[in-house]
Amino acid sequence: MLKQTEGSAAVAETVAACRPEVVCAYPISPQTHIVEGISDLVRAGELERCEYVTVESEFAAMSVCIGASAAGARAYTATASQGLLYMAEALYNASGLGLPIVMTVANRAIGAPINIWNDHSDTMSQRDCGWIQLYAETNQEAADLHVQAFRIAERLSLPVLVCMDGFVLTHAHERVDVPEREAVDAFLPRFEPAQALDPAEPVTIGAMVGPEAYAEVKYLAHAKQLQALDAIPEVAAEFESAFGRPSGGLLRGYRTEDAETVVVALGSVLGTIEDTVDAMREDGVAIGALALKSFRPFPVEEVRAALAGAKRVLVVEKALAVGIGGIVSADLRMALAGLEVRCDTAIAGLGGRPITGEALRGLFEDAVAGRLRPLTFLDMDWERVEAELRRLGEGGRSGPHAENILREAGIVAGRSH
Amino acid sequence: MEGAAPSRFEVRVHGRGGQGVVTAAELLSVAGFDEGLHAQAFPSFGSERTGAPVVSFCRFDTRPIRSREPVSRPDALIVQDPTLLHQVDLFAGLAADGYLLVNSGRDLTELGLADLLDRHRPERLLTVPAGEIARRLLGKPLPNAALLGGFAALTGRLRLDSVQAAIRERFRGKPGEANAAAAAECFELVAARTGEGARA
Repeated sequence: MLKQTEGSAAVAETVAACRPEVVCAYPISPQTHIVEGISDLVRAGELERCEYVTVESEFAAMSVCIGASAAGARAYTATASQGLLYMAEALYNASGLGLPIVMTVANRAIGAPINIWNDHSDTMSQRDCGWIQLYAETNQEAADLHVQAFRIAERLSLPVLVCMDGFVLTHAHERVDVPEREAVDAFLPRFEPAQALDPAEPVTIGAMVGPEAYAEVKYLAHAKQLQALDAIPEVAAEFESAFGRPSGGLLRGYRTEDAETVVVALGSVLGTIEDTVDAMREDGVAIGALALKSFRPFPVEEVRAALAGAKRVLVVEKALAVGIGGIVSADLRMALAGLEVRCDTAIAGLGGRPITGEALRGLFEDAVAGRLRPLTFLDMDWERVEAELRRLGEGGRSGPHAENILREAGIVAGRSH
Repeated sequence: MEGAAPSRFEVRVHGRGGQGVVTAAELLSVAGFDEGLHAQAFPSFGSERTGAPVVSFCRFDTRPIRSREPVSRPDALIVQDPTLLHQVDLFAGLAADGYLLVNSGRDLTELGLADLLDRHRPERLLTVPAGEIARRLLGKPLPNAALLGGFAALTGRLRLDSVQAAIRERFRGKPGEANAAAAAECFELVAARTGEGARA
């Protein structure tokens, strides 16, 4: 039903329409509204045959999902930030065991310094944990991706992360055509597990594997992710014919046909990027954008094909790999290997710093003019950074960086060291 | 952002945690949706502590809204708490022909904002005793609904009945009716004073 609603509420209703049999809930901002919304639906009796389990931690949330999924139940949970890190060990187990769990991550920065706002540090930190990672640009897509995620997960026996920008999407009210239950029922068949714990037919899920077979079992996880490169666009196409709107897939180009400069990004920032692209196109600049919808698996061939005609590529990333810079960029450069395409990285929006059209315009103009260095930090206050580095260089007890920078910013009172 | 179609209309709401700052933007977006517009409401994330300054945003457009950045050049400002007037840079980016609605029983000159009247179209800058209206009709000085009614009359961007429908959808029963009445009273008050754009 088309309505004006909060992103979290739309996701909660959509997940309920997917009829999960076990939902594990542990609150953490900015994800909490989602599991609260599902809890309301369970309590009101609108989600039948669903066990809603309040657990004591994120580690427990994922562990209960693993148990439920291994027993053949459709299992779901949601988390963010430190919560995702706290379940890291269980994430590897879920994927390694081939359990088709679906989880929403309301993307949020990671401390220290503690910060509850949006960036992609959390899911990027788990890029190698074996889960499929899909990124939503809008709340409509966030809702739709959950329907697709269960189908992809269960087809491949792989867990899927649906990533939506915390606060920017989860707390935004906009129009969403929330998938109707009947339509979801028709789209999403009952879960038929490829493996299930059944006392009548005992199997071992999670047997120890030594050097004689570990590499082969591990490779199968890679092979399944590569299969997902086919499954993701297939499911997106099936979704479009069933629901009448495009959503998901591996990637989406925007005005890339004759673009000399292409900006690559993930998630909700693409909206502001596309507005900026339009404004620059009006001024005659050959610029376009590429929305990366699937980060894991990384669609190497598709990205290469989409960017082959470009002269330069700028990756706008909402996460920082400390010690090197970009995360998505590294994969992108692999996709572009051998092509005469320059690839630069801009780190933007860390810890919820707004990414404005004005700042993007300046950044893109620098990219077009070839003025960018390989690694750029958008809207960074270099004076503050350099003052703190000087303080540190002076030796002695320079104090904690976070507090010092907050003093410089006038947010915390008191003298500077 | 620059270059946006003139159909775009952007609102920023300032208040304190607990006054319904975030709810105000959400209700505006629901009323806009009911009138067939694209609408996007979102809070200034994460800072919603009781009593702390809070900001929320609402965009309207006849076309789909893609931008996600905070509203920095608002077409209209709603100020729920006049004690913020000299603490926070409330008027940053307000267009010369922008609208301002402040919850106060005093006028802008009395509030020390006479200079605003020189820089903007004075008939678009108003104070209304929304808190007092709410105290009388709701029993609590929650200015939210009244201000939304006032916003509809001041800007002509929304109809009173869609604002009231959004209020009743959020607050069922008696509180919904009392808030809808507060919106209507403030709508009439503003309409009588400006005459501009009011569509009952």
